[in-house]
Amino acid sequence: MRVTQGCFSFLPDLTDEQISKQVQYALGKGWAVNLEFTDDPHPRNTFWEMWGLPMFDLRDAAGVLMELNECRKVYGDRYIRLSAFDSSHGWESVRLSFIVNRPKVEPGFRLERQETDGRNLRYTTKSYAVDRPEGSRYGGA
Amino acid sequence: MSARTTARLSLARKDHDQPAGRAASRGNSEESAMNESVTIRGKDRYKSGVMEYKKMGYWEPDYVPKDTDIIALFRVTPQDGVDPIEASAAVAGESSTATWTVVWTDRLTAAEKYRAKCYRVDPVPNSPGQYFAYIAYDLDLFENGSIANLSASIIGNVFGFKPLKALRLEDMRLPVAYVKTFQGPATGIVVERERMDKFGRPLLGATVKPKLGLSGRNYGRVVYEALKGGLDFTKDDENINSQPFMHWRERFLYCMEAVNKAQAASGEVKGTYLNVTAGTMEEMYERADFAKQLGSVIVMIDLVIGYTAIQSMAKWARRNDMILHLHRAGHSTYTRQRNHGVSFRVIAKWMRLAGVDHIHAGTVVGKLEGDPATTKGYYDICREDFNPMQLEHGIFFEQNWASLNKLMPVASGGIHAGQMHQLLDHLGEDVVLQFGGGTIGHPMGIEAGATANRVALEAMILARNEGRDYLHEGPEILAKAAMTCTPLKAALETWKNVTFNYESTDMPDYAPTPSVSM
Amino acid sequence: MSGEPTSAVAAGSAEAASAERIDLRQEFEAVGIGEVLDQLDRELIGLRPVKTRIREIASLLLIERLRKRMNLAHEVPTLHMSFTGNPGTGKTTVALRMADILYRLGFVRRGHVVSVTRDELVGQYIGHTAPKTKEVLKKAMGGVLFIDEAYYLYRPDNERDYGQEAIEILLQVMENQRDDLVVILAGYGDRMEKFFASNPGFRSRIAHHIDFPDYSDSELLQIAELMLTEQNYKFDAEARAAFERYIAMRKTQPLFANARSIRNALDRIRLRQANRLVADLDRVLTADDIMTLEASDVLASRVFSNGKSA
Repeated sequence: MRVTQGCFSFLPDLTDEQISKQVQYALGKGWAVNLEFTDDPHPRNTFWEMWGLPMFDLRDAAGVLMELNECRKVYGDRYIRLSAFDSSHGWESVRLSFIVNRPKVEPGFRLERQETDGRNLRYTTKSYAVDRPEGSRYGGA
Repeated sequence: MSARTTARLSLARKDHDQPAGRAASRGNSEESAMNESVTIRGKDRYKSGVMEYKKMGYWEPDYVPKDTDIIALFRVTPQDGVDPIEASAAVAGESSTATWTVVWTDRLTAAEKYRAKCYRVDPVPNSPGQYFAYIAYDLDLFENGSIANLSASIIGNVFGFKPLKALRLEDMRLPVAYVKTFQGPATGIVVERERMDKFGRPLLGATVKPKLGLSGRNYGRVVYEALKGGLDFTKDDENINSQPFMHWRERFLYCMEAVNKAQAASGEVKGTYLNVTAGTMEEMYERADFAKQLGSVIVMIDLVIGYTAIQSMAKWARRNDMILHLHRAGHSTYTRQRNHGVSFRVIAKWMRLAGVDHIHAGTVVGKLEGDPATTKGYYDICREDFNPMQLEHGIFFEQNWASLNKLMPVASGGIHAGQMHQLLDHLGEDVVLQFGGGTIGHPMGIEAGATANRVALEAMILARNEGRDYLHEGPEILAKAAMTCTPLKAALETWKNVTFNYESTDMPDYAPTPSVSM
Repeated sequence: MSGEPTSAVAAGSAEAASAERIDLRQEFEAVGIGEVLDQLDRELIGLRPVKTRIREIASLLLIERLRKRMNLAHEVPTLHMSFTGNPGTGKTTVALRMADILYRLGFVRRGHVVSVTRDELVGQYIGHTAPKTKEVLKKAMGGVLFIDEAYYLYRPDNERDYGQEAIEILLQVMENQRDDLVVILAGYGDRMEKFFASNPGFRSRIAHHIDFPDYSDSELLQIAELMLTEQNYKFDAEARAAFERYIAMRKTQPLFANARSIRNALDRIRLRQANRLVADLDRVLTADDIMTLEASDVLASRVFSNGKSA
């Protein structure tokens, strides 16, 4: 399966050149760009691990790409997403977010149903990946 | 009264003079002079009998509205022979303290404070017989946090007043002091995006069709296919409640199965607007609670449930971490005609105060009413923290929203993937684009229809962010995206020539000119 | 990088032939480097050799750009530079203009200058330096990284100095990301020479060495008068003569920093002038009084008293 979180998951994976253009768009808006990675892409796993702090005061996307390539070297077997933060009043939140790296195989999720009262069901979504310990989920060390 | 507001008001006055032309209205000797007070003061004011409204203190051309006043702008169409000033004063009177005759009990009150004051009447440009009346209301006339009270005052009786042919509430200025008494959107755009984990693009939805007749099981199938295909939301239609073909619990149960299954298939948060509209508040709460128990992120209500019910549901939604979608069912009965009723921009303002999170606000390019400039005005009301006066968008007043949450506009009705560039250009990225027919009517099926919309959207956002002239290059951008997406190719082919070009019935009265747009 | 269409070559036949002749003046004016060079002339007194070198580099880059457009053999030129000279000789100002020229010709994407010294690049403990250096590099991407007194990065007396780590990261980026940023190393000529001798990696990556000479006495006076004009001040004749003497004496004293010392001296002279004016509150002043610096304002400087005692 293909996890379709983020702004561009229905398009073919973005090239570094395409990623640079999106980063430049964010920088042009005065947003700080951040990289995060995870091996548990559960839809409600909000807090992926941060690759350093959000990058403030950058002028050019090349700086972000430099970090992205470093991050890929270490966590290339996991999901990496790029988010842009807007600090302006009334937003103060993420304004753009998309996946920039995926594991080779995406095992996806299992939906567990627990029959409860009457016809009610309780649903639990589980990442197949978390059956293995953190760090060794996508064939990593 | 701050100097800044004074300056603004006098500026606005100047703007109106130019299109309207004051000299023309002076030519009619029957009419009152447009800038003189005729108020009778002292003991003569309270002599028993009938007195003209304009003499009772409801026409005060020298009045300067206070920062805390609520201001309403009415389009007044007096009966033939009725002085527009008197008609406007009557509107002020009938929407505040007056009755048809003088009453001595006024003298037991601070009547001058409670009288609404019409302070300005302008002829409507290019519309003979119609006048814009500006009326200021003291804040003490209204109850805190009650749209019911606000609307009962402003539109309660006066719309049936015999000396008027027609009356329309065009716009309102809500003072910060009053805005602050309302909860505002239960969730708001920012938190909705955080909860849904979706940033930087419009959200995508679809209304399940056919709107009537599907069983719960069949209905859930549509939801599953659409969500799995790439939509973020599906939606019940306004009249899907609990009918013989589908009890509401069936719908909720099957829809949540579909939502959860699609969530697991995509790894994304998904939602379906479960319509909890019902005959009583008790039943609505019961349905909303069931939706919550099943893990839904969003519920839906119809405008026809009434302002108080809407405010109650907004409070419920905030207490229960639920996004609240409002379908504006029924609004066209009073918003659409230019000369009578209530403008949708006023309804949008009321709904932002009342506290819904989504509101249908027009598509511009789709099948339902919506002139681009007027629609832009609605969207600004929903999403901005401050609205400047913009006559060319039908916005007559500055409006400060005092950090009230932003309300997500929803564009629905007759839109399809081939219009993606136009939709993005007209509506921006903080909007839910709902492709009902444009998803379910796809020749390759619902999932393919959803995928076509999502791919078209992502391709367009990508291009926009890259700095391309996406509005003009839109068709090429879509065609290129379709090269690696057969469903999009099919969608573009199927709906390539579908447009809805009819003349709008509700356009701004002021065209953008240098003198107006400053 | 420069997204110019390859108009001439691709167009074909007769037109292509004529279009292969390029109107150099038009090209020069289109990119607007003339304005930058003029600005440099206006802003900086003297520095003839520096201005000549900048003009040469600008010309080379313009031709390089045209060659690329005409599909002639061209290479991404190495653009890293070293600016050597004493303090106050205009290195920072020239770096700003250089960044502007590089931007207008399309050799850097943004054209900003990030100016740092060792402290911003080198950390205090293990693991501190790489993030600091990278932080600076990220901010400089798309523009010019100006490292003042670059030789402090290298401390031969301490082989475990963290500066070495910064140097290695810098060298790597200077080599591999030549499209992304231009590095200018600046400092005193003699120390820079030693620095390059012990760090040949830097020398080989630097394409342009520009030496900033000290200003002559008359240039320093011109600089002073330019600064005063900008601030609506002026010397009277005696003050000017006094300031000429001041320049001659100040240059012989320690910590002389060319234009920077002139600026500081003028600041103190304005202070003394204000004090002189305020001392006589009963006086009616004209604009001319307020603008004029007198000899006494200059002569009260410690430079003169030190001179006497020495």
